[in-house]
Amino acid sequence: MLLAVSPVVQAKELSGDLEIFSWWAGDEGPALQALIDKYNEENPGVKVINATVTGGSGVNAKAVLKTRMLGGEPPDSFQVHAGQELIGTWVEADRMEDLTPLFKEQGWMDVFPEGLIKNIGTKDGIWSVPVNIHRSNVIWYSPEKLQEWGVQPPATWDEFFAVAPELQEKGIVPLALAQNWTANHLWESVALASMGPEKWDALWAGELAFDSAEGVAAWELFGKVLEYTNKDASSLSWQQATDMVVDGRAAFNVMGDWAAGYMSTTKKLVPGSGFGWAASPGTTGEFMFLADSFGLPKGVKNRDNAMAWLAILGSREGSDAFNPLKGSISARKDSELGLYNNYGKSAAVDFSKNIIVGSLAHGVTANEGFMNDFASVMEMFLKSRNAETAAKAAQQIAVKNGISK
Amino acid sequence: MRNQDRVKAFLTLLPSIVLIAIFVYGFIGNTFWLSMTDWGGVGALAENPVKNIIGFGNYVELFTGFLGGGFRQDLVNAVFYSVMLLAGAIGIGLILAMLLDNKPKGEAFFRTVFLYPMSLSFIVTGTIWRWMLAPQGGVNILPTYAGFEPLQYSWLSSSTTVLTFDWQNLLQVAIYLVAAVLIIWGFLTIRSSQRRALWLLVPGVVAGAGAWIWGDLLPKTLFMEEMHGFNTATIGIIMATIWQYSGYTMALYLAGFTGISQDLRDAAMLDGATTAGYYRHIALPLVKPITISAVIILSHISLKMFDLIFAMTGPDNAETGHPALNMYLTTFRANDFAKGAAIAIILFLIAATFIIPYMVSSYKQRRTR
Repeated sequence: MLLAVSPVVQAKELSGDLEIFSWWAGDEGPALQALIDKYNEENPGVKVINATVTGGSGVNAKAVLKTRMLGGEPPDSFQVHAGQELIGTWVEADRMEDLTPLFKEQGWMDVFPEGLIKNIGTKDGIWSVPVNIHRSNVIWYSPEKLQEWGVQPPATWDEFFAVAPELQEKGIVPLALAQNWTANHLWESVALASMGPEKWDALWAGELAFDSAEGVAAWELFGKVLEYTNKDASSLSWQQATDMVVDGRAAFNVMGDWAAGYMSTTKKLVPGSGFGWAASPGTTGEFMFLADSFGLPKGVKNRDNAMAWLAILGSREGSDAFNPLKGSISARKDSELGLYNNYGKSAAVDFSKNIIVGSLAHGVTANEGFMNDFASVMEMFLKSRNAETAAKAAQQIAVKNGISK
Repeated sequence: MRNQDRVKAFLTLLPSIVLIAIFVYGFIGNTFWLSMTDWGGVGALAENPVKNIIGFGNYVELFTGFLGGGFRQDLVNAVFYSVMLLAGAIGIGLILAMLLDNKPKGEAFFRTVFLYPMSLSFIVTGTIWRWMLAPQGGVNILPTYAGFEPLQYSWLSSSTTVLTFDWQNLLQVAIYLVAAVLIIWGFLTIRSSQRRALWLLVPGVVAGAGAWIWGDLLPKTLFMEEMHGFNTATIGIIMATIWQYSGYTMALYLAGFTGISQDLRDAAMLDGATTAGYYRHIALPLVKPITISAVIILSHISLKMFDLIFAMTGPDNAETGHPALNMYLTTFRANDFAKGAAIAIILFLIAATFIIPYMVSSYKQRRTR
């Protein structure tokens, strides 16, 4: 037991409250509850207040968090996407505590992959404890239905374009899409396929302009992909888009691997036979990651309790209690693979072998300002389908938000 | 003695004067000041963020900047939205009130039914209507009960735009609108005063014709073409709002109609007025103040529309966007506080254009009485 030997965290019997702020509810609620149970086992004296604000991708939670932080009433620990979303927002504003001492004390510098620590830290410190790793570039399908239609999962977008018209003729939506943010989610997979991992990284390092030939090409490919999506996308949730694939109304859906959790936990489908997956077209061998993590705001009421919470999150037991339920994989290198389902095992293997790139739609590569503006650019594009204008607008917001010069 | 009363009255009012001065006007002033700064971007959430005065830059950006396109579409949406809500809620409310005014059987029951939606919050209405207008449910499957094919209309996700205009020609469009108002007004007054009608009609026709002929010479608002118009996806939201508020206007009108003395109605009937004639010539002119207050109330409700749209179509939905939603996202998601404040001030000014003429006219009325 790592926790038993930890001097800071277990030095005294903890009591009082611990307020944790997240957007995990509904299908993701049980995974969070598993962590809370683990915490209460270790610290029976602490009353955990689960302050959840629902809404996919944290749309509502982030706004509530902001008013609380600005009002001087930070929660003891809050969920945030690892990477620029935290660093470009709260770390820049000097509102977070450096967690490097906790990482050193718990021996986490060795158990988390180096590339990950680089992404959650700056030269001044490490800012959050990652609970999980999700993959964003996954295409989902129903093996049974594909067999019935005589279709193979596409390895490239060209392969997709070859089968898509056929599917459309049969009255099947080739690619299920849901509301606004899932369009951003699809865009990043398409853009990664279009430009490749080096150029993708160069984009976020400010070395490649969004309105360069590569940037425009990504929007053009995206526009072509959109031709094969459902027209009622903007009124569906991501779960409803996944349902379309499960029910056989749509052939494919590009969604993060929380869809695996949804299909196996809520829909009771068996990974591999009930639903199938592959890297989204054109991104085989690349792992576009995002991570949920928790940070420690400055000036919280129950700092000791929060530290103990963070220690649970980073521990192997905590990680393995949480991730199989959430449908994600552990951020640690030493997780117990036996606990994970077939999807989880395959993702963990990919994570260790593939080229790792950060996700835009889920806050790794860009700060909140860029992400918000990008949503407007996306809307502009969905309406006009003008690749040139969208690329130019993307470049402007990159300049405005300090990503590009 | 009289002075003492005045002092007492002043002291009684003082706390509310001070509180209103701070919490209403002070905060409006503060928001205006913020809208002139560059508070936003990286580090905007620091305890002491850097703010520099940049003048009207945020407003210029919103109306003519490359990235303000979303805001402009939202503004256009809001205009169509207000007009349709006013027409729908006042029209339906009036019809319902007339029907109930004739004391049908079960009047009390129907009054409750029609007024009920008003007691719901917008977030509930939004959730209900989102289900009703779902692509494969609710309204669309109604015809199947009668043995017909289901409707295929995408109420909330249609991407058709009608009545489009180019934002580049905003000035020309504005002149057309002014000309149209002048001409219609002129025709309405032609019977009572021909002199006045002439004063309205001639400038109206000249302005309209001028804008039509020399439109190309007018300065352009934008450097590129940008089409905006009435998004048919907003119809779903307008339906939900009308559903919520027509009961309310019904109640307003019904109160007005009940206030008209029965003797007046009997007298009219005795003189041979039909029911339609009674409403057209007697009841409606008498409840004119109610129409005006309904317009004021509904127009400012349509300007602060937020939760209904959020519940029905979510954020980041250009088709159904609204400046109020845009303000919230700009401020609390993009951390662009200055631009959010600018949107707030624009909304405030639009609301003022409705409220101020109303206040002036009611103040005048009180003085002449």
